[in-house]
Amino acid sequence: MADLLPEHPDFLWRNPRLKSSYDVVIVGAGGHGLATAYYLAKEHGITNVAVIDKGWLGGGNMARNTTIIRSNYMLDKSTRFFDRSLQMWEGLDEELEYDFLFSQRGLITLAHTDAEVRESIRRVESNVLNGADAEWLTPQEVKELLPIVNISDAIRHPVMGATYQARAAIAKHDHVAWAYARKASAMGVDIIQNTEVTGFLKDGDKVIGVETTRGNIATEKVGIAVAGHSSLLAEKAGFQVPIQSRTLQALVSELFEPVHPMILTSHHIHVYVSQAHKGELVMGANTDPYTAYGARGGFHTIERQLAAAVELVPIFARAHLIRVWGGVVDISPDSTPIIGKTPVEGIYINCGWGSGGFKGTPIGGYTLAHTIAHDEPHEYNKHFGLDRYYTGHLVDEHSASGVLH
Amino acid sequence: MTPIAVTTGTSFRVPAAIAPGAAINRDETVEVTIDGHTMTAYRGDTVTSALLANGHRRVGDSIYLGRPRGVLACGVEEPNSLLTVTRAKAETISETMLIGPTVEVTNNMVAEHVQGIGKLAETADPEYYDYTYEHPDVLVVGAGPAGLAAALQASRAGARVVILDERATFGGNLVGTPDAVIDGKPVETWIAETVAELQANDDVTLLNRTTVFGGYENNYFMATQRRTDHLDDQVPFGVSRERTLHLRAKQVVLATGSHERPIVFKNNDRPGIMLASGIAGYLNRYGVLAGSSIALLTTNDSVYLLAQQLAELGHLVAVIDVRADLSEAALQAVAAGIDVIAGSVVCDTTASDQGALAGITVAEYLADGELGATRHFEVDTLGVSGGWSPVIHLHSQRQGKVVWDHEVQGFVIGQPRADFHYAGSVTGSLSLGEALANGANAGAAAADATGHFSFATEPVAAAGHRGPVAALRMVPSPDGEDQDAYANHFVDLHRDQTVQDVLRATGAGMSSVEHIKRYTSISTGNDQGKTGAVNAIGVMSEILDGHTMDDIGTTTFRAPYSPISYVGLAGRQRGELFDALRKTAMDRAHEALDAVFEMAGEWRRASYYPRAGETKAQAIRRETIAARNGVGMIDSSTLGKIEVRGKDSAEFLNRIYTNGFLKLKVGRGRYGVMTGVDGKVFDDGVTLRLAEDRFFMHTTSGGAQRVLNWLENWHQTEWSHLDATFTSVSEQFATVAVSGPKARRVVEQLASDVDFAPEAFEFMEFRETTLDNGIPARISRISFTGELSYEIAVPTQYGRALWDAVAQAGAAYDITPYGLEAQRILRAEKGFVIVGQDTDGTNSPQDVGMDWVVSKIKQDFLGKRSYQLDDFLRDDREELVAIMATDKNSMVRDGAALVSAEDLDAPRPVSTSGHVTGYYDSAALDRTFGLALVRGGSKRIGEKLYAPAYDPPVEFEITPLISFDPEGTRRDGER
Amino acid sequence: MMLIDCPHCGLRDETEFEYGSQAHVPYPQDPQALTNDEWAQWLYFRDNPMGLRAERWVHLTGCRKWFNAVRDTVSYEFKATYPVGTPRPNIPPHHGGIR
Repeated sequence: MADLLPEHPDFLWRNPRLKSSYDVVIVGAGGHGLATAYYLAKEHGITNVAVIDKGWLGGGNMARNTTIIRSNYMLDKSTRFFDRSLQMWEGLDEELEYDFLFSQRGLITLAHTDAEVRESIRRVESNVLNGADAEWLTPQEVKELLPIVNISDAIRHPVMGATYQARAAIAKHDHVAWAYARKASAMGVDIIQNTEVTGFLKDGDKVIGVETTRGNIATEKVGIAVAGHSSLLAEKAGFQVPIQSRTLQALVSELFEPVHPMILTSHHIHVYVSQAHKGELVMGANTDPYTAYGARGGFHTIERQLAAAVELVPIFARAHLIRVWGGVVDISPDSTPIIGKTPVEGIYINCGWGSGGFKGTPIGGYTLAHTIAHDEPHEYNKHFGLDRYYTGHLVDEHSASGVLH
Repeated sequence: MTPIAVTTGTSFRVPAAIAPGAAINRDETVEVTIDGHTMTAYRGDTVTSALLANGHRRVGDSIYLGRPRGVLACGVEEPNSLLTVTRAKAETISETMLIGPTVEVTNNMVAEHVQGIGKLAETADPEYYDYTYEHPDVLVVGAGPAGLAAALQASRAGARVVILDERATFGGNLVGTPDAVIDGKPVETWIAETVAELQANDDVTLLNRTTVFGGYENNYFMATQRRTDHLDDQVPFGVSRERTLHLRAKQVVLATGSHERPIVFKNNDRPGIMLASGIAGYLNRYGVLAGSSIALLTTNDSVYLLAQQLAELGHLVAVIDVRADLSEAALQAVAAGIDVIAGSVVCDTTASDQGALAGITVAEYLADGELGATRHFEVDTLGVSGGWSPVIHLHSQRQGKVVWDHEVQGFVIGQPRADFHYAGSVTGSLSLGEALANGANAGAAAADATGHFSFATEPVAAAGHRGPVAALRMVPSPDGEDQDAYANHFVDLHRDQTVQDVLRATGAGMSSVEHIKRYTSISTGNDQGKTGAVNAIGVMSEILDGHTMDDIGTTTFRAPYSPISYVGLAGRQRGELFDALRKTAMDRAHEALDAVFEMAGEWRRASYYPRAGETKAQAIRRETIAARNGVGMIDSSTLGKIEVRGKDSAEFLNRIYTNGFLKLKVGRGRYGVMTGVDGKVFDDGVTLRLAEDRFFMHTTSGGAQRVLNWLENWHQTEWSHLDATFTSVSEQFATVAVSGPKARRVVEQLASDVDFAPEAFEFMEFRETTLDNGIPARISRISFTGELSYEIAVPTQYGRALWDAVAQAGAAYDITPYGLEAQRILRAEKGFVIVGQDTDGTNSPQDVGMDWVVSKIKQDFLGKRSYQLDDFLRDDREELVAIMATDKNSMVRDGAALVSAEDLDAPRPVSTSGHVTGYYDSAALDRTFGLALVRGGSKRIGEKLYAPAYDPPVEFEITPLISFDPEGTRRDGER
Repeated sequence: MMLIDCPHCGLRDETEFEYGSQAHVPYPQDPQALTNDEWAQWLYFRDNPMGLRAERWVHLTGCRKWFNAVRDTVSYEFKATYPVGTPRPNIPPHHGGIR
């Protein structure tokens, strides 16, 4: 018999009536929005907060991602930021009193070319300097850690080694959203579902309220955390973000007895896969390349990804695809999130996470809450403001790690 | 876990005279072992029909609660019977999580039920899979009566038709139905004739065992055909195991049918409780009786034909009909002597010692939804019909609207999609007559939309009027209203989730179907809620005050419709066919020299050429020494080559490159760097001016395609008024570079027409000539080593001949082939940049020591404006410098991180000062050295940096970028 | 797998094409005349609408011609494809159904 998953708490959140004014309104009840509300209440004592969502809470990318948590970025600024997030994850289940199956099972990122080997060494060594754990593995060491990986030279892109982050983790995504929602709700935050923000009320360049499908709300501070739809909300508020919305697809297999106790990634042939607690293989790939809000992509992307998976892990051959879905992700020019102030006084934004927003849930919420409370970014997010696209001070993870030669 | 045979020793196979079993061939027996029991089945049987025929009803225990479970259904919707199957073929591996009713038996097959969790085979899959692409006028999904009628009509109209069905047999649920007549013929005859006509038509593709599992933009559909699993071991050579079909259809007819639903009541999960359609399916398709004493529970008329069959066989106990008012069909059953218990439900069941169904408690179902008086029946089998759910997956996957239909009691097509037609029970109608009529009409309409008009000829069958469907999905617990009273009301059999679980979710504050689905995991299992999803919504609508089926709504249907193997979808993208591999014309020469290869984009290139007894380091060192002191040769064919023609070519290049190209003289070449509009380096290379209006551009090996795209993009979208065209000629030329002080002596022997004297043939000049061996060639004095170098380019077909000619001409000078490893050292000694190694997409040309290549006088070039952004003005940009370890023998890995002295022992985290882009053992410098990107590097010459990842940390001094021959004295070679 | 109507080659599969983001955002006449903010705006900011959008596409493995398209970013339906240099056709929103 399979082990049952941990039981959920008997009570999760209140379903309150919307009030006519709040100290802070958070638009978007995803992981980041809920975490922002939680940290506003916990760290800053601001509890007169509404989190408003046009659908059900945690129903956007929080419900659709492949739950990988890691901090092995290339650039110092990114590594520090995401490692801070990983540190927050470590212990978050206890803090939130919710067993959301946080599992630090280690991430292996394969290198298939000399360029990837060089890039991997750079990543490992700079990660260690920046306080994140990282190791370089030879193909043999990969095999010892994760025997299902094919390290044969007889494949088209043989494994030349890998980076390894032991602290990398997965967690049950929905439950993380519910854990934040539960604590925020208990501290007085109103979570308002099925209510769409349709506009912003402004006095000059200053926000004074939001318009919703259930009427207007007076507020002087608004946090926007609506990954996938950031441009639309920004436009309603009267400013622009350098974001394109694109589809990212993911898929699961049926349940299997444990064969894959870690997380396996290959950038070169574009696949990442882990085996969730229940036993399904969870997989993701590249975003589809065009601007899209349809939350669905082309099946050729999936076929390629499954081919890659079978190449790297031959025993996945006769696994079956049982569900493919898509999410709408924010793609920023430098593949780095944007968290900070906006041209509208009192409006703060958290967006641009690309395919990696889940891992940033704690830090994204924490820094947005700080920025809202103090009208100034925290040390952690000071490099991640919208202004960097005007100064050119990009945190260009994509270019730094994505050049193919 | 060894499932227990609830009844053994009894054959449940009905004599052929009574129910022949349309899917089986009783003349051919098949030996199979299922759950440890070896048994005899017939060809065409499935694992579950074989089990039932041999008296085995249990198919393993449930995933979490360990409750015994039996076969529920006769098709892909089955949630309980999940198997690991090993077929007795030479080249096969076991496959797990197969759905019992879909697995056809083969001789000596071994099948084992799993408990909700599969076990993957531990070895690679040696079988062969492939793809096809189809472009039908009309795609018909489903070859039941409606689909067959549609395909028949469309094909007769002249349309090209593809018709696909997931089952082994054509005819859908109609197969084996007694007494049904179409166009005055028995259904088997009609099906056989229709199939024969379709198969005879060259414009029709009719495939069984083929599941259309996904629908995408512009009527693109994905399907999987299982081609060999049903064969014993006589698989024809070259036939793939599975084939993935990619279909682009002009019009689509969905004739996907519908799935019957169970009803949620207490202890509704015991072996022996089946869908009524499952009982009918096993009887009609396989001649198998599901049990010996059978009751039926229904909300609708669909069970009455089965009731009549079972009554005739003497195995029917009673029909419990939820509806208080007897329908016409029910009245006919009563008239035929069948015990119909109207206005009643099953509210509980009892089990035998072995856990199988032993009896049912029937209760009056009162008008207020409460339970009334109860009676007990001893039965071993209960067939349930809670209504039918149209299979609307493909419609929904294409964003087609889905609505709850109160009359059908199911989610149905809300609004037809453009280019879609619907026929058969997917429309909600269960009438054979209607299915045939709307099938023919859908086929006619679909064909007409593709330019093939016909008047529909509707096959005629009895209308089969149906009475109303009762709206019942959950029977109240006989034990009260507490959550605990609902602990055994199963909503999702695969996931073992009950009404109690739903109650816990709603009690926690959840009100969205998506939340409850995720809280409980209902509908997320192998069957993706095919039988359970509607009941889950029904249960929620009863629990959540004021909610109806309509406003809770169904969840989105996502592909695939049923599980599809990974490897089948990978197709031929396996092993060496996973990606293209490009080899140069000299590749075999490298092989003959025992080259070790490495990849440069899609190209494989010689990395080094070890001789007997040499280590890698020794080989590379020997190669660099030859190029520095004698002469070496390298295959440079992989560099990208683009010919640019047109009178404005120079102007165009002047805008693309950071440096000037207007004044480049014909017969000369110039090194250029390309940056993006953001000012960051993305490619480089030497461009030759062949004529006033003709240039020959070199790009990096990996960047050829991207550069061509870049040029065409700017030309077509911004500067189309400039006369320039771009032709990729990377594959048209093979190139050998001859490099070293003795290079001239080698090339002189190859082209006696050319004056190679340094004054006559200057650096960065080229000559067009014919080599003495008759090969036309272009010889360029381009150097990537700092030594005298000639690059000889010839048409690709002469590449090997050129290589051999150079080797022969150089033999007297001990010419040495060198690979990329040696070249990397030689160029690094000279501070020459490799884009992609010494740059990472964030660097400007100035950052990597190429300020000289950035024009100060041009008004504009792509990227220029960005250099005024603040980021380019900061003084801590990473800049390319050389580094020398204090210990001249120290080595570090390419990519090594660097820190300053004060950060070396500082507590982490500390920021990096940069990283090593390449570190080498240099024979010329008699020491190790490397290149590094260092913050503010050009202003830190002489400073010390450390690589802290080594024990002890390696200390370096920052030195100027050019380490060897900074004055460039060697460029002209030996005099 | 979208089906894209290349103005030169006709209907072809999506995989033959490459996407080039928003159309009708010309390279500035004189970048030097722009302020840093204006240049940065051109460099990094593009519209990201939900619904109809004029975009650049190139038939990369076909005729290699760039063209423009009006596409619905929700339904992914191509409403029109038209040559570079010609104006965006006036297509009302919600024209036709989801294809």
